[in-house]
Amino acid sequence: MKLSQIKELVLSEYPNSIVGEDENASPAALLVKPQFIFQICELLQSNEKTYFDQLSCLSGLDNGEEAGTMEVIYNLYCIPYDLHLMLKVELDRKHPSIDSVMDIWKTADWHEREAYDLFGIHFNKHKDLRRILLPNDWEGFPLRKDYVEQERYHDVKVKY
Amino acid sequence: MSTYLQESEPLKYRESDLKSEEMIINVGPQHPATHGVLRLEVVSDGEIVKDVVPHVGYLHRCFEKHAESLAYNQVIPYTDRMDYVAAMNNEWAFVMGVERMLEIHQELPKRVEYIRVLVAELNRLASHFVAIGTYGLDIGAITPFLWMMRDREHILRMLEWASGARMLYNYIWVGGLFYDLPVGFEEQSREFVEYLKPKLKEVETLLISNKVFIERTANVGILPLDLAINYGITGPMLRASGLKFDLRKIDKYSVYPELDFDVPIGKGEMGAIGDCWDRNWVRYQECLQSVKIIEQCVERLLGEYKRTKEFDPRVMVPKKIRPKAQDLYVRAENPKGELGFFFRADGRSDQPFRCKARGPSFSNLSVLAEISKGCMLSDLFAIVGSLDLLMGEVDR
Repeated sequence: MKLSQIKELVLSEYPNSIVGEDENASPAALLVKPQFIFQICELLQSNEKTYFDQLSCLSGLDNGEEAGTMEVIYNLYCIPYDLHLMLKVELDRKHPSIDSVMDIWKTADWHEREAYDLFGIHFNKHKDLRRILLPNDWEGFPLRKDYVEQERYHDVKVKY
Repeated sequence: MSTYLQESEPLKYRESDLKSEEMIINVGPQHPATHGVLRLEVVSDGEIVKDVVPHVGYLHRCFEKHAESLAYNQVIPYTDRMDYVAAMNNEWAFVMGVERMLEIHQELPKRVEYIRVLVAELNRLASHFVAIGTYGLDIGAITPFLWMMRDREHILRMLEWASGARMLYNYIWVGGLFYDLPVGFEEQSREFVEYLKPKLKEVETLLISNKVFIERTANVGILPLDLAINYGITGPMLRASGLKFDLRKIDKYSVYPELDFDVPIGKGEMGAIGDCWDRNWVRYQECLQSVKIIEQCVERLLGEYKRTKEFDPRVMVPKKIRPKAQDLYVRAENPKGELGFFFRADGRSDQPFRCKARGPSFSNLSVLAEISKGCMLSDLFAIVGSLDLLMGEVDR
C-alpha cells in the first residue's frame, strides 16, 4: 500500500484530518492534525488493509522558541505486509498536549512517558504519566532547545 | 536521606493502596540480579507477585541531548556506550542511518560491508554469551557464567586487536571503517570459530538441557505473541514467542541477503511457547547461526574480497557530513532487538537537529509487569534475567 492510498483511506473516514505529506522523509510521512491522532492510529491499526500492529518509535521534538511548535513523531510498522509509515503532529509550544495512543499500542506507555519527561509534552488520558528517566523533582525539560539546567539539585552543584 | 529518595524517586504505590496482607519489596538499584541499575518496586502477597513497577533512569547520560551538540561522526562513541556489550552493532545502526541520509549506503566497498558483518556478528556472540552466562548466574548456576566469560574474552581481545578498545570500539565510521582488519584477523576468526563449536556444545549440555535449569525456566514468564507485538518487543524475545521476525532477513540491509543463515524461533519444547527457557534457547541457537555467518564472511574476506594494497576502508568517508534536510528512521537488528534511530537533519548544520534512540531493552523491559503478575517471587528473577536487559540502553 502506498502513501497516497493510506492517505485516501484516512481521509475517507476522517475528512480534513490530514494537513499534508512529506515524501522526502524515510519512511514517507503524513502530517496529521493533533485532535485526530487517536482515531487515525486506531483506524490504521485495526483496518485489515493497513494493520499497523507495531509502534516502532515515538519521539518528541522541539522546534525552538522562534518556530513556537513542538512535534510528536510516530513510526508505525506493519509486520504482515511489511509497511512503514511516519505520522507527524505539530503542537503549540506553549501548551503542548495530545491524546495518548497507549490504549492502541502498549509501547506508547513508556515512550510517551519519556517524551513527557524530556519535552514536557502532556499526553491526555495516559494512565500513568510520571517522569521516567529523570528524577521526579527535576526542574525543566532538558530536550527543549531553550533549556537551562538548574543550579543545584539536592545541594549538589549541577553544572560542572 | 530517606526524604530525598521519596522526593526524587517516589514509589508508585502508597500504603493506602495496599490490601492488609500485601507489602512492597524494593529490589535494586544495586542488586546483582538486576543486571545493572534497575530498581523494581514489587508488590507482593506473601510469595506471590501482585505487581512490579520498574524504576529506570539511574544510568541516564543524556545521549540525545549530547547528540544535538556534536557532529555526526562524534556521536558514534556515545552510541557505543548505550549497549556497551554490543557496541559494534550500535554504532553500525547509527552509521547506517547517517549513510542513508547522505545516500552513500549503496556505494560502500564490499569488503567494508563484510568486515562490518564479521565484527558485528562477533559482537553478537559476545552479547549472547553475557546474556546466557548471567542468566545461569541469576538462577544459581555459576560454572556456565565463567565458561561464557572465558569465551567472550577471546572475542573482546580480537576486537581489541582490530580497533584498539576492548568494549567501546568506535571502529565503524560513517562511510567506512577506522582501519582495515589487522593482518591475520580472518585466519584468527576461523580458528576461534573452530575452537568455539565444541564449547557451545558443552554449554548446551551444561545449561540449556540441564534438568534443574529446565525446571526453573520452562513454563515461567510466558509471553504470548499478540502481547509481545503490542508492547513493541523485538529480537530474540519476539522470536521466542513464535514469530519468525529478524530485521536482517526482513530489511535485507548490508550483505545479509548474500549470507545463508536461519532464524530460530521458540517452539515451546520444554513448556509453553514464549517462556523463559524458549528465550534462552533462541539466544543459544542464534549463537550457532552467528558462527555460521562468521564462517561465510571469513571465507569471502579471504577469497573474493581479500586484502589488497589498493583497498582503502576510508575511501567513502565524507570530508564533511552534512545531510540535506529530512526526517529518517533507521532500524537494525541488535542482539537484543530492534535498535532504531530517528534523525531530523535541518540541512544547515553538521549536527543532528534531533536524534532519538529507540533501544530494544527499553521496550522489552516495559512488558515485565505484564508477564510477572501472579508468579512467585523467586521466579521474578528468572523472568528479569530472561529479558536480557542492559540498563545502559534503557536509560541512554
